[in-house]
Amino acid sequence: MFPTFTEIDSMYVLVTFIFMFISFLLQSTLLSQFTIGDITPNLLLITVSATGLLLGRRFGMISGFLGGLVVDIFFGRILGLYALLYMLAGYLNGIFRKVLFPGDFKLPLALIMGSDLAFGHACYILMFFFRGDFNYVFYLTKIILPEVIYTTIIAIFYFPLIKYVIGRIQYHEQKAEETVE
Amino acid sequence: MSPLVKRKRERINIPNRYILLILSMVCVVLMILSFSTNILSTPLNTLSGYVLVPFQKGLNAVGTSLINRAENLKTLNQVIEENEELKKQIEELTRDNTILQQDKYELTKLRELYELDAEYEQYDKIGARIIARDSGNWYSGFIIDKGTNDGVSVDCNVIAGSGLVGRVTDVGPNYAKVISIISDNSNTSGMTLSTGDNLIVTGSLKLMDIGVIEYSQLADPDNLVGVGDKVVTSNISDKYLQGILIGYIDSINTDSNNLTKSGTLIPVVDFRHLEEVLVITELKNVPDLYGD
Repeated sequence: MFPTFTEIDSMYVLVTFIFMFISFLLQSTLLSQFTIGDITPNLLLITVSATGLLLGRRFGMISGFLGGLVVDIFFGRILGLYALLYMLAGYLNGIFRKVLFPGDFKLPLALIMGSDLAFGHACYILMFFFRGDFNYVFYLTKIILPEVIYTTIIAIFYFPLIKYVIGRIQYHEQKAEETVE
Repeated sequence: MSPLVKRKRERINIPNRYILLILSMVCVVLMILSFSTNILSTPLNTLSGYVLVPFQKGLNAVGTSLINRAENLKTLNQVIEENEELKKQIEELTRDNTILQQDKYELTKLRELYELDAEYEQYDKIGARIIARDSGNWYSGFIIDKGTNDGVSVDCNVIAGSGLVGRVTDVGPNYAKVISIISDNSNTSGMTLSTGDNLIVTGSLKLMDIGVIEYSQLADPDNLVGVGDKVVTSNISDKYLQGILIGYIDSINTDSNNLTKSGTLIPVVDFRHLEEVLVITELKNVPDLYGD
């Protein structure tokens, strides 16, 4: 019955890939046009966090690495910086998979919020602080916090969607498992 | 956990933390490689250009049309009112126009006299559409839909209307990455048109919302430069063609060293509503004196 398992594995890969693709495209086109206070929500980070949280560390970090790499190619100044940050986000979120209850909604949201907060700080430290720009309060209030709020609001709608799709596959996975036994 | 998960773990037996370590090292190697060389950019750009750019073009068109429709409805009433006002203005403008035409005639004569070429009207330009913007909120770069296939190359100057937008930093076959002069990591060598003094124009995230950018290192001991003076790209810039308008001086402060001045200037380009830009395909010819 091994073909069934690889099929389901590849389903996860496919779904993750599609979500990453959609997130990146929306984030760089439509959402960059309809900004609120010039802020774009970090859709890609929601996807990476959700993947880590629902499918585990391995999925989280690999999807984060690939998604970050695409951002680097298109918008980055140094190749690999965003890849590293998104990958860490995916990995760290993956750790919380074990403590996530199936119906829990507060933990994922808090994690996405925390991820974006940490992500914003990492961006500030790596790209501004190290360049000698110490105006932390300005960047916190103008960029980091608005992005966290906007991203969390989007996550309220976006995370359940990802969860639903992955849940459907898990349902089929369980059915396949029952037929095995 | 289900037995299924256990079986999966058996099949792939590299622990997660090693994968994390390996991928982190890949990231660091990529960073070092891209910092010192650019061997990686061409194949990756080509690949991602063909996969993602068509989608970005489509979605961006959808977004633009949605924004346009919403604004159409909003502005319909205003347009009717404005129409009345504009009709009055036309009369005034026709009067002004006659005067201006006389001025223009004079200007052409003066230009011939001083052998000033209106150079940047003669550069080869191609129009390009912005198809994606920086996905983060830290820098303001964007992607345009023209690439090496259309003659765009790295360091091509990008203008919109009458002013400088930025330059191309990276190019794929069908797209190019543009860094704008208001972006926080951008420095442009400029000069004041009236006195020919050089200054450095620096993009700033802090000043972006109030629509100004910083300049510094202006040496003007005789206080000849005033508010409202035009700032253009300088003759000593190695990336920008000379004489492209950047903006007008908004404020001047003397630095603490009492030698140089700094302040803010208002860019001529409306960066918030940028949709189409012109790319000058001609590059500035700078002899490579210093090596790479």
